[in-house]
Amino acid sequence: MSVLKVRNLSKAYGGVQAVSNVTFEVAAGELLALIGPNGAGKTTCFNMLNGQIAADSGSVEFEGRALTGLKPRQVWRLGVGRTFQITATFASMTVRENVQMALLSHHGRLGSLASIATRACVDEAEALLERVGMRAQADRSCAVLAYGDLKRIELAVALANEPRLLLMDEPTAGMAPKERNALMRLAADLARDSNIAVLFTEHDMDVVFAHADRIIVLAAGELIAEGRPDEVRAHPKVREVYLGSGAMYGATHA
Amino acid sequence: MTAAAILIQFLNGLASASSLFLVAAGLSLIFGVTRIVNFAHGSLYMLGTYIAYSLIEHFGRGPLGFWGAVLLAGLIVAAFGALVEIFLLRRIYAAPELLQLLATFALVLIVKDFALWVWGPEDLLGPRAPGLGGAVEIAGRQFPEYDLFLIVLGPLVLAILWAILTRTRWGTLVRAATEDREMAGALGVNQKWLFTGVFALGSLLAGLGGSVQIPREPANLFMDLSVISDAFVVVVVGGLGSIGGAFLAALLIAEIKAFCIGIGDVTWFGHVLSFSKLTLVVEFIVMAVVLVIRPWGLLGRQQSVPRSSGAAEAPLALPSRTAVQALVALLAALALVPVFFSGYALVLLIDIMVFALFSVSLYFIMGPGGMHSFGHAAYFGLGAYGAGLIVKSGAAMEVGLLAGPLLAGIGALVFGWFCVRLSGVYLAMLTLAFAQIAWSVVFQWDAVTGGSNGLIGIWPAPWLASKTAYYYLALAGCATGIFVLWRILYAPFGYALRAGRDSPLRADAIGIDVRSRQWGAFVIAGLAAGLAGSLSAFSKGSISPESMAVPRSVDGLVMVLLGGIQNLTGPVWGAALFTWLQDAVAREIDYWRAVLGAVILALVLAFPQGIAGYIGQFIESRRVKSAGAPA
Ligand SMILES: Nc1ncnc2c1ncn2[C@@H]1O[C@H](COP(=O)(O)OP(=O)(O)OP(=O)(O)O)[C@@H](O)[C@H]1O
Ligand SMILES: [Mg+2]
Repeated sequence: MSVLKVRNLSKAYGGVQAVSNVTFEVAAGELLALIGPNGAGKTTCFNMLNGQIAADSGSVEFEGRALTGLKPRQVWRLGVGRTFQITATFASMTVRENVQMALLSHHGRLGSLASIATRACVDEAEALLERVGMRAQADRSCAVLAYGDLKRIELAVALANEPRLLLMDEPTAGMAPKERNALMRLAADLARDSNIAVLFTEHDMDVVFAHADRIIVLAAGELIAEGRPDEVRAHPKVREVYLGSGAMYGATHA
Repeated sequence: MTAAAILIQFLNGLASASSLFLVAAGLSLIFGVTRIVNFAHGSLYMLGTYIAYSLIEHFGRGPLGFWGAVLLAGLIVAAFGALVEIFLLRRIYAAPELLQLLATFALVLIVKDFALWVWGPEDLLGPRAPGLGGAVEIAGRQFPEYDLFLIVLGPLVLAILWAILTRTRWGTLVRAATEDREMAGALGVNQKWLFTGVFALGSLLAGLGGSVQIPREPANLFMDLSVISDAFVVVVVGGLGSIGGAFLAALLIAEIKAFCIGIGDVTWFGHVLSFSKLTLVVEFIVMAVVLVIRPWGLLGRQQSVPRSSGAAEAPLALPSRTAVQALVALLAALALVPVFFSGYALVLLIDIMVFALFSVSLYFIMGPGGMHSFGHAAYFGLGAYGAGLIVKSGAAMEVGLLAGPLLAGIGALVFGWFCVRLSGVYLAMLTLAFAQIAWSVVFQWDAVTGGSNGLIGIWPAPWLASKTAYYYLALAGCATGIFVLWRILYAPFGYALRAGRDSPLRADAIGIDVRSRQWGAFVIAGLAAGLAGSLSAFSKGSISPESMAVPRSVDGLVMVLLGGIQNLTGPVWGAALFTWLQDAVAREIDYWRAVLGAVILALVLAFPQGIAGYIGQFIESRRVKSAGAPA
């Protein structure tokens, strides 16, 4: 069953057609990679999925429900988690507090004027941090963390509302290759164990081919290929787009 | 109005627009390039007027003396501006935005006292312009020749500025720096001298704006703040950094004001509607409307990513046992004060406590809320008037203590709804606008608020009539207020508020409605400031419109910034220091404002994180050192 259905999604910035007529679906428990060169329109796609920007045309359906016109906070309440390409965390808070915020919000307890925020949902927050390997750093301020660690926190935060759809925009950027694979394996396990649909973008083709169940390829806003990793790798159009970057060939030999 | 009257009012509007444009253009240029909101811009204008007055006295009132003086005054102000840039601003470009504001506030204080010292407290009216002292007949009416000159001056300056900005290399650099500072730096622009040049040019415009007013408007010590609020409005309505926008906005506002004066009183369904009284607020109404419809001003563009306000704040730790003990000890000491002291000491301490609450309430929205309010006195004043008015209408004082904060809360509810739709400097200006509107309603509504005289005879209930009893009431009220505000910051509400400030994007993505959160914070802060206002009213026995005027808002900012916004207790220390300084120094020294300004400047240059922030860092570094030292 498809958790996310995207139909004919388009968005133009001035004269630039950032995304044009994109259609795809993601099923529960599936890892779908959205790849494409820089500026292909991947982030723009993500932003339309979670309501951050309005699409010019097309529709997005989550579990049969149209998301058109909803704000990011409403989309999140429906059960969609998201990480950002450029990490967005609360710099004046500790790692644990960042996760606690998402948990408090999920449990509808953020309006409280009286309880003590840092004492709420501690165990739950630590369990999430444990999962992404950040438990040891729970008391550190987010302002001083390495970029790769921030990416992990983003994942923990995105998982806080027990999402049924997870959107990850370049979740491994800024990490060492070994860490990248570990993080993606974690995401893959999550998807399968909890039956979460995962849509992610990624520039590291090794990671993509190792973990994605299916791949869709975006170039200049248009979907040019879709299929299983081996099909996409052999796709002539994809080879053309990636020609010269070497990324595809490296992956072929890997 | 007849067609002739309309024409005359239109010309009047054009004449006033010119001076307004000159100041606003300078402010806009400086902001565009240096990203500093120069609160002292009105002071530069005031200096221009005073210096022109003195120079004319010195050179004589002949054509050469007059016009030479007007020009020279502008140049002197420009030189002063350049010195300020070189010796002060250069050191704080990298400092948090609020600290830069504080530094320019300090200049306002110093310049004001300097003017008082040199020119005295009397208004000084300059002579008419030689050769332009008469009037010409337009549509059957007399119109001053000098105003015709002003009408030409505005567009002339606009044209010259436009030529400089588009036709010279320097102008190209200025535009590049306005568009993108990093890029200009990468192009190898010598930023140091570019900034100095721009600041001098901006100061020149302010100085000239002031000096050309000399035949129309007497030089006085209140020009600085009134001009700066006008100029802010113009710049914000026109769009920050846009010279053309400033011109358009100056024209729009000056015309609307002129027509309000021209229309005068109108009887409408039996009610007299005074348009001339509207002039005090009409510009702020225009600004509020423009900002809500076009948040970046008429010709402005959306600000690029807001600058980070310096180093990221450290996570909020729960107070340590020692900190709690210290606070309890402080409260106990305060409770014991009436045993040992009476009279004046109690009055001063009540003042300090009231302002501590006021300052913490401002900190609440500025620090964790990230909303810089330039008009927080509005809520203090609404609290005072709410309490005073209900007591005057016969209610008990205890009711007044509830009604005051309630009125302030309602004010914050209404104003806040608009304010949270904006951010950064635009939000700050809108708060200023609303405060000004509230102030002028109070100032002009003689029948109810007593107008400029305010309300007198607002005394506490008999059981609180003694100073000691009232002292305990104020202590209880302020301590509770401050405690509640602090407590909220440790609660999920406060964390969500900070989340919205730290990263609106992430906050929204985890289900936080940032705006309504900020709105709530605005109302909470309004209630607390209102409580401070009510307590202050009964302690003084009277209320004056000054309790909600711009200088009071500025006082609040100075208190918060002095203490440092990185720390919960900072605003309390800032309020205590400020109130005590104001009281102690004001009694000893005539020029206490200048002293305060100098102290602020010294603090800003020495401790860019505020006093409490500095002490916090000091303790932290000591701890790290002693922990790291071998045993
Ligand atoms: N706010 C915007 N205004 C104007 N153009 C934009 C905006 N956001 C994106 N674009 C343009 O839309 C296109 C797609 O951008 P997008 O960020 O979606 O690409 P991407 O595939 O995520 O690239 P990357 O791999 O570098 O993250 C680009 O040409 C970009 O310049
Ligand atoms: Mg992207």
